[in-house]
Amino acid sequence: MTAAEPARDSAPAPSAVADFRAQARWQWYEPLFWLGAIAWYFLLPTYLPLGTQILATALFALSLDLILGYGGIVSLGHTTFFGVGAYTAGLLARYGWQEPISCLVAAGLLAAFAGWICSFVIVRVQGIALLLVTLGINLVLYEAANKAYKITGGADGLQGIEFSPLLGMFHFDMLGRTAYLYTLIVVFLVFLVARRIVYSPFGLALRGMRENWKRMPALGAGLRRHGALIFVLSAAIAGIAGALLAESVQFVALDSLAVQRSVDVLTMLIVGGTGVLYGSFVGAVVYMVARDQLADLNPAYWYFWIGLMLVLVVLFTRNGVVGALADSAAWVQRKRGRGPAP
Amino acid sequence: MANYLTTAAALTFNGVSFGMILFLISSGLTVTLGVMRLVNLAHCGFAMIGGYIALTAMDYLGLGLLAALPVAIIGTMIIAVAIEGTLFRWVYGVSELNQILMTIGLVFVMVALCNIVFGPLLHALAVPSWLVGNLELGGVTVSIYRCFLVVVSGLIAIGIWYVVERTDFGARLRAAVDNPRMARCAGIDVRRIFSVTFAAGCGLAAAGGVLGTQMLPLEPYYALSNLILVLIVVATGGLGSLKGSFAAALIIGVIDTYGRYILPSGGGFVMYAIVLVLLLARPQGLFARA
Repeated sequence: MTAAEPARDSAPAPSAVADFRAQARWQWYEPLFWLGAIAWYFLLPTYLPLGTQILATALFALSLDLILGYGGIVSLGHTTFFGVGAYTAGLLARYGWQEPISCLVAAGLLAAFAGWICSFVIVRVQGIALLLVTLGINLVLYEAANKAYKITGGADGLQGIEFSPLLGMFHFDMLGRTAYLYTLIVVFLVFLVARRIVYSPFGLALRGMRENWKRMPALGAGLRRHGALIFVLSAAIAGIAGALLAESVQFVALDSLAVQRSVDVLTMLIVGGTGVLYGSFVGAVVYMVARDQLADLNPAYWYFWIGLMLVLVVLFTRNGVVGALADSAAWVQRKRGRGPAP
Repeated sequence: MANYLTTAAALTFNGVSFGMILFLISSGLTVTLGVMRLVNLAHCGFAMIGGYIALTAMDYLGLGLLAALPVAIIGTMIIAVAIEGTLFRWVYGVSELNQILMTIGLVFVMVALCNIVFGPLLHALAVPSWLVGNLELGGVTVSIYRCFLVVVSGLIAIGIWYVVERTDFGARLRAAVDNPRMARCAGIDVRRIFSVTFAAGCGLAAAGGVLGTQMLPLEPYYALSNLILVLIVVATGGLGSLKGSFAAALIIGVIDTYGRYILPSGGGFVMYAIVLVLLLARPQGLFARA
């Protein structure tokens, strides 16, 4: 974690550049992580639908991480774009366009467009007004989808949608094998793009923006332009995540636009850790597996545990599970360095 | 024509009384945000706690609404002081994001506990019999309870104005809002002022929660579902500006009431649209001091 922080102080320029390059290098645990995702396919064949949901949700959390963890923009309504993506794919399929990959692209583009519209307001407000605007947009869209039941199916959701076989060859089977692999591949590709963004000079400018909102313009960085760009990118990724989920479960619930989901995804990201890319995946796994296991529980109790989890994570860890892991790794290393020497 | 006028008068009156309740609930949050820059999304939760304390007092102690009100206010303030002294102490000065997350977590815990203890049903606290019924004021029919609300909330608002503008404590509070660091340099115990204001704000929220159950019925999700209204009031009023909050609360109350009357199927659309335009034009709020 310490290595991932931008070089502060007045480090000489060449080493700063080298430092920046070193951050972008693949770490040893990264391939392990993706191998684990492939292993899930072989080891847990009965849990493939859950795995698919986790992957799509993790991608959604990743999109939030881009604006929150890197851009410092707190959104309480990010599911707006997830929902736009899900409904785009669902409606396209319902009205006859059932090719999944083009649906995915269309969903990403439309969500990006929605993000672009919203970005005009988003980059102009901060603090509580920002919370209000993001929450407000989410609520309005939810109500609109609820009221327009002739198109969206309202509270019943968009039922009976079907997608044609992937690339004309692979059917979406009942066991969810195709859906899982398809989702995994798309998530991995989008992850590569996000990784590239984060470790680009643009990504560095974003982190600067998060750290010091006032100093960045003095360095010549256009805050609003950067903010708007990352917001649009994030919206596109959220839209793709929504479309992935719609395609793999062949159903779009009104729930995909509910504010609850915005808060859920925020919780996942915080539990996992912000601004470290993998935090969204770790958070999604912890959250979704816990919910799957505790499904019989009264929802009221579930809220209690989520709330407690949030409070504890904020009070006792520096940055969620990933932050805690990094901290304990550093602690072990310090101990070891000190330990054996007399 | 006269018909339209009486309808408009009745709607405006209902909007104003709703706005008064909104002001009571959100005034505490405005000050908390202004003084300590603490984004307390759990603020609405204190209104809910007040409501449930009053409900319990009325059900088990047989108190009337007006007797239960002080019980609820004091009970909520005790809980608020306890939470402030333990949880919130930790998050002063940490990033806004962490405050948001911590307080959202707190809202969830409150929602879950209220759901478990009081069940998911909607409650409206019973109004004393002498406040039931309608009044004819110049051809306009208004409910007596709402008249009572306007009078009581008006008195409370005047009380707040007096304390903030005319007392020594108020002067120190204003100094702390304007410039916390400078206030500290001048020997003002900003932390203490904040604790007192926080407790008072939660007490006011409790009062709003208890008195307003006819408009905002008590339910476990109260703390979440009314949060947006409170945020709107605070954001349009401007940080730390009580006058701004008062004006914003009345405006929002009236707009919301009219919006629901004219476009019943539109839900809160009218208000959201207007608020969005307002925030675009004045991101710092309507009445923010430059």
